Amino acid sequence: MVELARRLGGAPKRKSRVSTGISLPVGLFLLAAAAFLVVGSAVSSIFAQQTVAGLAQGAIFGSLALALVLIYRATEVINFAQGEMAMATTYIAYQLTLWGLSYWLAFFLTLGLAFVLGVVVQLLVIRPVQHKSVLAVVIVTIGLFILIDGLVTWKWGADLKFMPAPFGNTVYHVGQVAFSRQDVGTLLVSILSVILLWLLFQFTKLGLAMRAAALRPAAASLVGVRVNWMLAIGWGLAAVLGAVAGLMTEPTVFLQPTMMQAILLYAFAAAVLGGLESPAGAVVGGLALGVFLNLVGQYVGFATAELRLPIAFAVLLVVLLLKPTGLFGRRQVRRV
Amino acid sequence: MTARPLLELDHVTARYGPVQALHGITLAADEGEIVAVLGANGAGKTTTLRAISNTVRRDGEIRFAGRTLGRQGPEAVARLGVAHVPEGRGTFAELSVWENLRLGAYTRRGALKDDLSRVQRYFPWLEERRSQQAGTLSGGEQQMLALARAFMQRPRLLLLDEPSLGLAPLLVTEIFRIVKDLNEQEGLTVLVVEQNAHLALQLSRAAYVLEVGRVALFGPSDELQEHESIRRSYLGY
Amino acid sequence: MRFVPAVVAAVAVALLPFALSGYHQGLASSVAIYFVAILGLNVLTGYTGQISIGHGAFMAIGGYVTAIMSQAHHTNLIATLPLSLAITFVCGVLVGIPALRLSGVYLALATFALAVSVPQLPLKFSKFLGGSNGLQTDHTVSHLWLYGVSWACAAIVFVLAWLLLRGRIGRAFRAVRDSEVAAASSGVSLPIYKTFAFGVSAAFAGVAGSLFVLATNGFAQPNEFGVLLSLKILIGAAVAGFGSLWGVLAGAAFVALLPEISGSVPLIGAAHGQDVVFGLVLILVMLALPNGFAGLVATVERGVKGAIKWRAAAS
Repeated sequence: MVELARRLGGAPKRKSRVSTGISLPVGLFLLAAAAFLVVGSAVSSIFAQQTVAGLAQGAIFGSLALALVLIYRATEVINFAQGEMAMATTYIAYQLTLWGLSYWLAFFLTLGLAFVLGVVVQLLVIRPVQHKSVLAVVIVTIGLFILIDGLVTWKWGADLKFMPAPFGNTVYHVGQVAFSRQDVGTLLVSILSVILLWLLFQFTKLGLAMRAAALRPAAASLVGVRVNWMLAIGWGLAAVLGAVAGLMTEPTVFLQPTMMQAILLYAFAAAVLGGLESPAGAVVGGLALGVFLNLVGQYVGFATAELRLPIAFAVLLVVLLLKPTGLFGRRQVRRV
Repeated sequence: MTARPLLELDHVTARYGPVQALHGITLAADEGEIVAVLGANGAGKTTTLRAISNTVRRDGEIRFAGRTLGRQGPEAVARLGVAHVPEGRGTFAELSVWENLRLGAYTRRGALKDDLSRVQRYFPWLEERRSQQAGTLSGGEQQMLALARAFMQRPRLLLLDEPSLGLAPLLVTEIFRIVKDLNEQEGLTVLVVEQNAHLALQLSRAAYVLEVGRVALFGPSDELQEHESIRRSYLGY
Repeated sequence: MRFVPAVVAAVAVALLPFALSGYHQGLASSVAIYFVAILGLNVLTGYTGQISIGHGAFMAIGGYVTAIMSQAHHTNLIATLPLSLAITFVCGVLVGIPALRLSGVYLALATFALAVSVPQLPLKFSKFLGGSNGLQTDHTVSHLWLYGVSWACAAIVFVLAWLLLRGRIGRAFRAVRDSEVAAASSGVSLPIYKTFAFGVSAAFAGVAGSLFVLATNGFAQPNEFGVLLSLKILIGAAVAGFGSLWGVLAGAAFVALLPEISGSVPLIGAAHGQDVVFGLVLILVMLALPNGFAGLVATVERGVKGAIKWRAAAS
């Protein structure tokens, strides 16, 4: 990452009040964890399977968590409707396939439509209240949650629907270990979308303007950045990420209005774990959470399926109490 | 025939919520001039600059390059060719030096390279620090980065808010020298707000002295400098 | 004179049930129940600035206390209410202590964690807590009984809150909300007041939870106390706005009655259309009144004062 390179590249040792990126202890911890996973997978095929499945699930958590972080960074608001927007866009893809489009054509068209949906939501519903009251914006997103849920159920019904499988059902065998093509595909698609987003933010003028608008809106408008438009685009991109998460979730849980509700909750935990202000953290947090939950579920007897969500939230609570800014978080100075 | 001033303020008022900060400011700056805005704390100097860039609620007429600045937001004003370096400098501390400069050129189309090399001439040290996080620069360096960033915009008018604030005298002289160079060699019109009246009067051709939101006094800088009674009562030295 | 609206309201509330069917009495009771819970959250957020999206968890605890005591020990139902109050007060304080380290969105997420996790516990410990079928009180109550008890509770907590907030404690709360730093430097003991507020807030939610269980045929079930309940209380508090105890009534009515009304909206109302209507109305209300009902009251008051001044100046 750029920040890491900058730090290692020997910036002068000045006391700064802003710290970003990975700190050394966290970096070492992650390396150790990765090593642990590799060794464990080599030793036990069950371990390997759970790890890969956990990574695939975690990639979905990470995509949705990244969407949450994008919006939080720009507007300091948690978008409760992120999961439902993801779910709705997945239903749109479904409808497109019903109308005869191939899966992948529907996939990409849906991403475009998701972008438009995100922008429209920000313009119509968020912009009028965003400067008035943070609580009002949160309630509006809750209202959106309920509204979207209602609209989808009304239009398509609550029964299970099925989309064509994007990656087929083949299972690969490496020694004793079985990986499904679906899991691998999910992991690749999610990672790819994150990388593309990263490229956008780090190397394009638009990405820089969006970062500037999120960091310091007043200063950004003085250099000519249309801050409001940057926010809308941010919502659009977050909606695209959500659509990816939804489409990658569908093959496992199939299409139903409640499909993203639990995943949204896991995404909250992942976002806090990684650091609410850190996009990289959201992704790493998601992957880590996915793997952690799978391994704990496998090897800790007490941790049955009903406890999966409470365990994820126990992780969230521990992070909040020990290091609220998360793995990759920034230290904020409180001005009196 | 004299050309119209580049910037004209005509009975401009401004307020922060219910508090009125400007009670009718009238001033003008000709193209290629450096004009100083002086006065004590709270006189309304910063607010005047904010009124121009529309970052405060204001009324009254403001004309820039012949057109009236109406409801357009700060981004639109920036696009017209006004670069505002606010108090606090407006640098993006979390971003790198290079990213700050790039943002400065946000409204420009065309190649970045020319703009960068032009900036190099005035701020040669920036090149080697391009990856450094802006927040880790010293106060003087940040002020110069802010100036460089504004210059990347290739503005017609530069609004400078208290460039000397918190800086050692040597750095202040350096910065004022750069501003003078930019004005003389690039034809940049500058409206500078300063507490340090002495230096500001030496730099500028004309000056306005504000008092509680009104123009108390204005005139050519050399005249203001000469009148001891004016210096004592309005400028504090 | 100031008490006239309250007295009028009290009389109206006392007479109302005799004009309503059993079903509508149940609806009116639910307004009272939400009133109690929302008032609790309002005290916490509106007066000390601490956010909680976890009050459903406290309601769950209170509800289960009532169900367990009634089923296992045949305790008088009304007697379980102060017990529920006390236990959830302690729980609230226990949550309030680590909550001191958090603020803003982090506190909201931590309380949200509670809202998500606590209802799952009865599923895990199904032997004691009844699993997904839940526990039931030893007998059910009539609509009228519930109406009377829930509105009595609402009146009691209203008075309690009013007494609390006008005195020293209320001033301390407001000081904490407006500026923690200033409050601390003027000698207000932050930790004590903040945890106390959490406790009181949770206690109110606990009582609401007990009443909630009684309203649902005496059943305490995990899926009744899910995330949606916590969100509803938050919505109620937001619609109520902060700074007006009457606003809380508006918020409670909104949350209790709107889903019902949504169901009868023509065309869309049937089936899942009620969510569409509810969501849409909620969004519109928030867009129109970002500061809730209390904000509206404040604006009207300002308008009236302004008009009076203008009239006085003009004459």
